[in-house]
Amino acid sequence: MITVQASDFIRILPQEILSAFAILVMVFEPFLPSSRKVVLGWFSLLGVVAAGAAAVRTSYSLGPAFNASIAADPFSIYFIALFLLVAALCLLGSFNYLQRDNINHGEFYALILMGTVGMCFMAASTELIMIFLGLEISSLSTYVLAGFKRHDGLSNEASLKYFLLGSFATAFFLYGIAFVYGLTGTTNLMTLSERLSRTGTGGTPLLWVAIVLMFIGLGFKVSTAPFHVWTPDVYQGAPAPVTAFLSVGPKAAAFAVILRIFLGAFHAVGSVSFQMLWLSAILTMVVGNLAALWQSNVKRLLAYSAIAHAGYVLVGIAAGSAEGVSAVLFYLTVYALMNVGAFILIAPIAGTGERALRVEDYTGLGYTRPGVAACLTVFMLSLGGIPTTAGFLGKFYLFRAAIHAHLIGLVIVAVLTSVVSVYYYLRLVVVMYMREGQPQATSEPLPLALRVALATSVIGIFVLGLFPLLLKKKGEAEASPRHTKLAQVR
Amino acid sequence: MLEAYLPVLVHFLVVLALGLIILGLSAWVGVKRPSPEKLAPYECGMPPVGDARERFSISFYLVGMLFILFDVEVAFLFPWAVVYKSLKWPGFLEMFLYIAILLAGYLYIWKKGALDWSR
Repeated sequence: MITVQASDFIRILPQEILSAFAILVMVFEPFLPSSRKVVLGWFSLLGVVAAGAAAVRTSYSLGPAFNASIAADPFSIYFIALFLLVAALCLLGSFNYLQRDNINHGEFYALILMGTVGMCFMAASTELIMIFLGLEISSLSTYVLAGFKRHDGLSNEASLKYFLLGSFATAFFLYGIAFVYGLTGTTNLMTLSERLSRTGTGGTPLLWVAIVLMFIGLGFKVSTAPFHVWTPDVYQGAPAPVTAFLSVGPKAAAFAVILRIFLGAFHAVGSVSFQMLWLSAILTMVVGNLAALWQSNVKRLLAYSAIAHAGYVLVGIAAGSAEGVSAVLFYLTVYALMNVGAFILIAPIAGTGERALRVEDYTGLGYTRPGVAACLTVFMLSLGGIPTTAGFLGKFYLFRAAIHAHLIGLVIVAVLTSVVSVYYYLRLVVVMYMREGQPQATSEPLPLALRVALATSVIGIFVLGLFPLLLKKKGEAEASPRHTKLAQVR
Repeated sequence: MLEAYLPVLVHFLVVLALGLIILGLSAWVGVKRPSPEKLAPYECGMPPVGDARERFSISFYLVGMLFILFDVEVAFLFPWAVVYKSLKWPGFLEMFLYIAILLAGYLYIWKKGALDWSR
């Protein structure tokens, strides 16, 4: 008999508050005139802040909820905080964009909130079916968001591609779950890891098939090679604030799931998942970075860079140690700051209808709009991993964890490809500062909300780059209890 | 563990073989004398009128979509009604919340004009 207690509801309080705000936004939406839709945006932002407060409340009553299908542990609280940060930055970056590009509908904000709810459930679930539900909730809202410019061909194409390939990939994931259930008779991750290490079913080829199938489903969401093909088209076609959301939110959520499943539940059958992660990491880094060299469209360039960054994170996961996990957690936050910042900054530069998106359109931007160019330079340097920015330390921690796990070959590939990546990041900086000409970019001043979001990202990048221990300590705290728990299980 | 599924596999193969045999035999032995009437698509015995590939109003899709949504959601009420007594108050409250969310969706589509056929 399933019993539900009051504490269960406190342990999913952030998700509840986000859902409530999303539904309220949907109800208010038809009653507001088009000129006042931005009120809903601020209301959603209030919802995100309230959910943040709720996450603090939840962190005081940690533990399993709903018959151990959901866990409120430091790990999930960390990820929920990360998703709320991403949602807040994307909301701030989208207010003006929606008005400018004539897609001023309140549903946008509701969908962002619902997507965040799904991602929070992905990170907090300790049960495969719940993970799948979270995956679907976040996917369905992002499919719609990608096609939010209904009258734009590229946006429609992005939505359709993302939907078709995405639903196919989630089917793979579900098929993997079915195999796991058939083999072990459980979908609960804790029970699963106990049974696997006790019965030694680790050797059966059927389990390897299940692991690979699940990795295909999740690999699609984090866009690792060879499941990355959709990424450039979708990132290019989707409205820029949505791309910012897409390139970080679902990705970080899928990484949370990968950590829970492959380092948690399947730890007893480490070798197969390790080889798979290793191979995928190398492929992803090489393909992402080399393909980015040839891009002339800034959004596509950043899309390939996002693929490459997924590869770096896989390096940390392949390390498989507590140090690797804490490096991954740190890196995901850094990555969120710099990628969301870059994408929401591209939107005002590109102008109405996102026309000025070629690299050449940025010519001379450093002189006509020094502030904008400086911000973009910070994001590019951080993405490229230049010291004093957080991007450098993030990579450093990842690669150090990999070296401690004796993955020398992997680290060599990672370092070489990230050297290559500096070329295409700096190309944008060179075009902005060292070429003369009139930029195609528009010269409207940036709206206040966007300035706040950009300032948060830039300051965040430098604070984490100079004082990483502020967050790194937290990341270690998050990583360690999980692993001691795993050690006990083993 | 996998051995338990052997009968399923055997069953699967027998069904496949039987289907192939029946279809193959009728294709091989059967007599074919086609006529225009026989080749026409079957429409409940009526002579077919016009082409099936026509453009029709987008409103049909909208109504179809909404029907699926609300129909599937209401389908959840049936299992709930069966165990209603043993769920007591928490079950009642949860279903109340569920229907309230459903109502929010209904309000949304109504106000958006999705139910207005003439639009």
